[in-house]
Amino acid sequence: MGTTATTATHEGGADELVIAGQKFSSRLIMGTGGAPSLEVLDQALAASGTELTTVAMRRLDPWQRGSVLDVLRARGIQVLPNTAGCFTAGEAVLTAKLAREALGTNWVKLEVISDERTLLPDPIETFDAAERLVADGFVVLPYIGDDPALARRLEQAGCAAVMPLGAPIGSGLGIRNPHNIELIVEAASVPVVLDAGIGTASDAALAMELGCDAVLLATAVTRAQHPELMAAAMRAAVEAGRLARLAGRIPRRRHAQASSPMTP
Amino acid sequence: MVGLSTAWRLAGRGLRVAVADPAPGSGASHAAAGMLAPVSEVSYTEEPLLRLGLDSLARWPAFAAELSDESGLGLDLRRDGTLDVAFGADDLALLGELGAFMEKLGLRVERLTGRECRRIEPMLAPSVRGGLLAPEDSWVDPRRVVRALLAALDGRGVPVLRERAAELTAAGDRAAGVRLADGRTLAAEHVVLATGAWAGPGGVTRGGLAGVPPGVLPPVRPVKGQIMRLRSPEPLLGHCVRGTVHGSPVYLVPRGDGELVLGATQEELAFDTRVTAGGLWELLRDARELVPGITELEVAETIAGLRPGTPDNLPLIGRTALPGLLLAAGHHRGGVLLAPLTAETVAGLVAGDGPALPSCSPTRFENVEETAP
Repeated sequence: MGTTATTATHEGGADELVIAGQKFSSRLIMGTGGAPSLEVLDQALAASGTELTTVAMRRLDPWQRGSVLDVLRARGIQVLPNTAGCFTAGEAVLTAKLAREALGTNWVKLEVISDERTLLPDPIETFDAAERLVADGFVVLPYIGDDPALARRLEQAGCAAVMPLGAPIGSGLGIRNPHNIELIVEAASVPVVLDAGIGTASDAALAMELGCDAVLLATAVTRAQHPELMAAAMRAAVEAGRLARLAGRIPRRRHAQASSPMTP
Repeated sequence: MVGLSTAWRLAGRGLRVAVADPAPGSGASHAAAGMLAPVSEVSYTEEPLLRLGLDSLARWPAFAAELSDESGLGLDLRRDGTLDVAFGADDLALLGELGAFMEKLGLRVERLTGRECRRIEPMLAPSVRGGLLAPEDSWVDPRRVVRALLAALDGRGVPVLRERAAELTAAGDRAAGVRLADGRTLAAEHVVLATGAWAGPGGVTRGGLAGVPPGVLPPVRPVKGQIMRLRSPEPLLGHCVRGTVHGSPVYLVPRGDGELVLGATQEELAFDTRVTAGGLWELLRDARELVPGITELEVAETIAGLRPGTPDNLPLIGRTALPGLLLAAGHHRGGVLLAPLTAETVAGLVAGDGPALPSCSPTRFENVEETAP
């Protein structure tokens, strides 16, 4: 695919996220699920500064006027269709093709879940669908567990990014296995997007400090008591976490080290 | 129901009214469960909608009593409260937070343990962990209300023309009436558009009212809801019961005649009204978790209706930028609840002696013109 993770530094000018050759100045990818109204969603998206937002294509008529898609278009936010609700590779491929036809985009967030209780991604169906979609010319961003081996295989299969979860969808449990996320980041040469599990701003900041290239979240904002305020918090957290990653954190020490000389 | 209620209240003011509707009461109110539940439906960011709902709920008893008297028909208005229940620890925690939010808003709710829930509602699953009772929430049978409104309008000599209003007619810069699909015209000083999901610009090509100048109609989108009616020899429940099952909301509304309404999906599928296997399965899956006994009941009906959604979930009640044209639409999930408030507000505006509802103004959106001075 010729896709590489962004390697910009603070010296290199704009620190952009690059997915499949396309540049984004925001590293916060939003989802739309769970918003109480389109107006609240619109305010939250504006506050988040997002340039890319994912929309579930099942149970959505892409030609409907005044829909969530119109909210995104009015803000100039790129739509990333997703295959939420699919249990098999077959359903996911079909949904992606319908989305491509309807929205005129070959980008897809691939999501194939294994069961309704955990909503955890099914690795085998996901890989199967990813192979078929890549072969069909899609830009595929697969939602996966925090499995470094699977992430590597999906990259080799031609996916434009990998999107490991921090914790199950909607759980707000944060990043349960930061070590695995670091392992995925170390090995990846496509962007790593932390997807699912974010509960509050510090979770998003941690994802970026671990080296993720972007964060995708929905529920943490749309179901917050004040969605617009939480969206602003997430924007700031992603930016702060990214800066901290670029700045390079100090090593952890067991004992104190004075920041200025103790004696004159 | 919103349109017929408005016509009834306008007639009650002594105004000359005519209704144009090819099939009165066949829209969202035909599918609706009829919950009058502003307290249990409250959600974060939607306090203005709550206040409207409480206002209209307070009007319902008098509205129903008057309508029953006038029509001689019962409405099955029940004022027994909504019981919102939770199963897993996660759902219970969510309900606990919602209860705190309700109390902060000054709403009366009672927190019940699982056993207390089952004492007042014995058909609930033993796994219920706890609940919130909103004792003032109520419900009504919307189809009975529609029948009563039609009877009351008939009694008052209000013509209900079984024909679609195809086009607005104008005189200068004022609405002057409508042209019906069969070519007849009705002249009127005021036109009240109450066409639900068809009231916005997107509805015009789907059978909505043509001829309204651009920029006058606010955005309305259809939000599909699938709903199922079951029938039991005896009422299974004494309250309106709702719950969140693994994050997915469902409600059960019992009627006096043994009907039990299960609802409802929320789908953004334009004007599609097909009943789907997945929609019904989700309703049954979740409702069965709450009340296992429902699987023994007869399926009386499955239906899908279109709620008229607005960008901020608030209805469109009042004057538009075109003098003489008013709206009573966009009630989303709350048309039955908000019918008395809507009808009485519009009647007051047309008669010239009632206050407007600023939060519901049809001109509140960008790209929609303000009322001409």
